[in-house]
Amino acid sequence: MIPCCSLEIDFRGGLLATSRVHVPTINSHRGGGHGGPPLQFRSMSIETSPIIQPISTAAQRVALRCSGLVKRFTDVTAVNGLDLEVFAGECFGLLGPNGAGKTTTVEILEGLTPADEGTVEVLGQHWSSAKDSTDGSHRRASDDRSLRERIGVQLQETQLAEKVTVVETLRLFRSFYKRGHAVDQVIQTVALEEKRNSRVGKLSGGQKQRLAVACALVSDPEILFLDEPTTGLDPQARLSLWDVVETFREGGGTVLLTTHYMEEAARLCDRVAIMDHGKIIALGTPLELIESLGADQIIEFRVTKELDEDALTSLPGVTNLHKRGEDYSLTVAEIGVALPALLAESKRQQSELVSLTTHQATLEDVFVSLTGRMLREG
Amino acid sequence: MEEAQSRTAQLNREPKRETLHPLLELTTMRVREFLREKEAVFWVFIFPVLMTFALGIAFRNTAPDKTFVAVEADANNPSVNEIANVLSHSPEISSSVLSQEEAAKALRSGKVSIVVKPHNDSYEYRFDPTRPESRTARLIVDDVLQRAKGRTDVASIAEQRITEPGARYVDFLVPGLIGMNLMGSGLWGLGFTIVIARSRKLLKRFAATPMRRSHYLLSFMLSRLAFLFLEVAAVVVFASLAFGFTVRGSWLTVSLITLLGGFTFSGIGLLVAARPQTIEGVSGLMNFIMLPMWLLSGTFFSSERFPQVFQPFIKALPLTALNTLLRAVMNEGAPLWSNWIQIAILLCWLLISFVVALKIFRWQ
Repeated sequence: MIPCCSLEIDFRGGLLATSRVHVPTINSHRGGGHGGPPLQFRSMSIETSPIIQPISTAAQRVALRCSGLVKRFTDVTAVNGLDLEVFAGECFGLLGPNGAGKTTTVEILEGLTPADEGTVEVLGQHWSSAKDSTDGSHRRASDDRSLRERIGVQLQETQLAEKVTVVETLRLFRSFYKRGHAVDQVIQTVALEEKRNSRVGKLSGGQKQRLAVACALVSDPEILFLDEPTTGLDPQARLSLWDVVETFREGGGTVLLTTHYMEEAARLCDRVAIMDHGKIIALGTPLELIESLGADQIIEFRVTKELDEDALTSLPGVTNLHKRGEDYSLTVAEIGVALPALLAESKRQQSELVSLTTHQATLEDVFVSLTGRMLREG
Repeated sequence: MEEAQSRTAQLNREPKRETLHPLLELTTMRVREFLREKEAVFWVFIFPVLMTFALGIAFRNTAPDKTFVAVEADANNPSVNEIANVLSHSPEISSSVLSQEEAAKALRSGKVSIVVKPHNDSYEYRFDPTRPESRTARLIVDDVLQRAKGRTDVASIAEQRITEPGARYVDFLVPGLIGMNLMGSGLWGLGFTIVIARSRKLLKRFAATPMRRSHYLLSFMLSRLAFLFLEVAAVVVFASLAFGFTVRGSWLTVSLITLLGGFTFSGIGLLVAARPQTIEGVSGLMNFIMLPMWLLSGTFFSSERFPQVFQPFIKALPLTALNTLLRAVMNEGAPLWSNWIQIAILLCWLLISFVVALKIFRWQ
C-alpha cells in the first residue's frame, strides 16, 4: 500500500492542485515526478509543526476512505463528489460552515445514511446499506453490527434520556457491545465521577456532551466520530472535552471530527479538510493551510470614507484584500511594511481609521480567502 | 489489530461483563423512565381508579328513583289536591300541584315525567312518549288512578326481585374502563416514548450501535408486561372494595385476556409511532385512532345501541373485542374460548400492526 494519499482539490479559481497531504511523507514524495499542476501548498517539515505528531509507518493504514460520495436530498445536494482518506491513528477534521455537508458526510461514513453515489470503506469494510458494493458481495445487517462494534459515534443533536443517571446511561450503551471498557473507567476518562449518579437532565451542557462522548468511548472503539462536539459550549467546557479527545488519541485511536471552530481544528487535528457546498475545497495540516495564504498576518480595519481598493492591493507587503460591507481585511506578508503603508494610504485618501486590528492568520482566514465568507456565516 | 489491543493500556479492560443482556438493560431503562415520570404513573394507575370512583358513584344502583308527577292546578276543580294526595300515597310516585305554566316548564326540563290534568270525570296525561321514564310514569300513574277509582286485578301476580352484583352498571363499567385503560397506556406508552426518542435523535444514536433493533422494540413489550397486571389490578381491587365488584371467571383467563389486549395495543402503539417525527404528529394520529373506539367500543354503554349497519365495523375494532372478552370473563365467568372470534380479532390486530410497524419503522 502506498503510505500516502493524493487528493485533487478544486480551488475557487478552478486551479487543480495535487497535493501530497500526509505530512510525514511529503518530503520524500515532493517533486517525485508529478506531471500535474504545481503544488498549491508549500510542504513543510515536521519540525516546524508542534501540532503534528510523528505517525509510525504501521499506523498509516487507511481507517476511513470514501470516494465520489454524493448525497442528494429533495431540495439540496448535501454532498457533491467527496473524496476522503483518514489514516489510522490520526485526528482528521472536517471544517466548514453550517450546511456545508459535514454532518451528512459523517453520517454516511457511520453507516446511518446511505450515499446516492460513491463508495465508503470503514476499517476495510463496507456498510450493507451501500448501494454500490465494490466487491459484489452482499453484506448483511449482522456484518454491519460487527463493524459497529468497532466504531464510536457522537451525533450532533442527540439528547440522551433525561430521567436516567449517568451510570445507567453508560451501562445501557455498554450492554450493546461485546467488548469494551468498564463503565466507571469511562466515567473517569470524561471526568464525570462526581455526576455518576446524577440524572442526565441535571447535567450542564458540557457535562452532557462529555457523557455523549463517553457513550461513544465505552466500546473501546478504533474510530471515534465526533460531530460538532463543542458547539454551544463555553470555553472551559470546550477545553475539558478536548482533553477527552486527546486522551483517546494518546491511546492510538482514530478520530474524525467536524467543527466550525477553527481553533478547535487547529488544536486537535493532524489534518483538516475545509468543506463548502458538499465539497472539499482545501486539505492539509492546519499549518499548511495557513501557509497557503502566503502570509502570516491579517489586518482588519474600518474607515470613515471608502478607500480605493486597487491602491490598497498595490501597497507593499499586501498579498490579498477582502471587503465585506464596511469591513476591510488585508492579508499581509510583512506587517512591519504593510501597516505604515496602510496608514499613509488612508491619510492620503483623506479617510480616517475607525478601528484596526491585526492577528496571526488562522484557518478562518483560509476559509475567507477561499470562499469570501466567514465560517460562521453559514 | 495489534495496536487496537495495545491501546487498551490507557483504559484497563474490565475483567468480566458488568451489564445485563441488552434486552434486559433496555427494559430496565424503560421501567425506570416510566417510574420516574410522575405524570405517566398518574395517568396509568391513579386516573383509571378516580374514573371508576366517579362513574361508580354517579351511576350507582340505589332504590329505584321515584317517578315525579305534576298535577295541574285548576281553580274550578277542587279535586286537584285530592288527586295529588292519592298519587303521593303510592311509594313509587312523588307528586306536586303546579300551575299550568309551571307544569309545562317542569315537563320540558325533565323535572317531572308526566303532567296529570284532571277533568270532571276523566284525566288528561301529558308526556313525551319518546322518553322511557315518561312512558313508565304513564303506566304507574294510570295504575294508581284506576285503582283509586275501583279497578281490580284479574290475574294474581307473584314477583321475584333480582338485584345481585354482576348486573349493575358498575359491573358493566369496570371491564370497559380496564379495556380503555389498556388501550390508552399501550398507545401513549409506546407512541409517545418512541416519537420523543426519535425527535431527540436518540433512535438514530441507538442505530449507530450494534444494538439489535428487535431488542429495542421488544423492550417496550416487556416493560409493558411489568405494568400490565398492576394496571388491571389497581382498578379491580378498587372496584371490589368500593362497589363490591367481583370477577366471576378464572384469574388465569383474565390474565390471558389482559396480556393479549395489552400486547395488541402495544403493537398498535408501535405502528402509530413507526413514522411520526414530532409529538404533535403522533398525538393527532393517536387521538384519531382512540376517539372512535372510546365512543363506539362499548366502554360506557353497550355498543349494541349503534345501528345495525355499523355493527360489523364496530365489532372488528380491537377495543370492542377486548371489552367483550373482559365482560364475558368478569361478569359472566365465561371460559376463554367461548369468545374465540374476539380472540382472533385481537390476534389479527396484534400480528398485522407488529409486522407493518417493523417494516415501516423509521430510525431517524
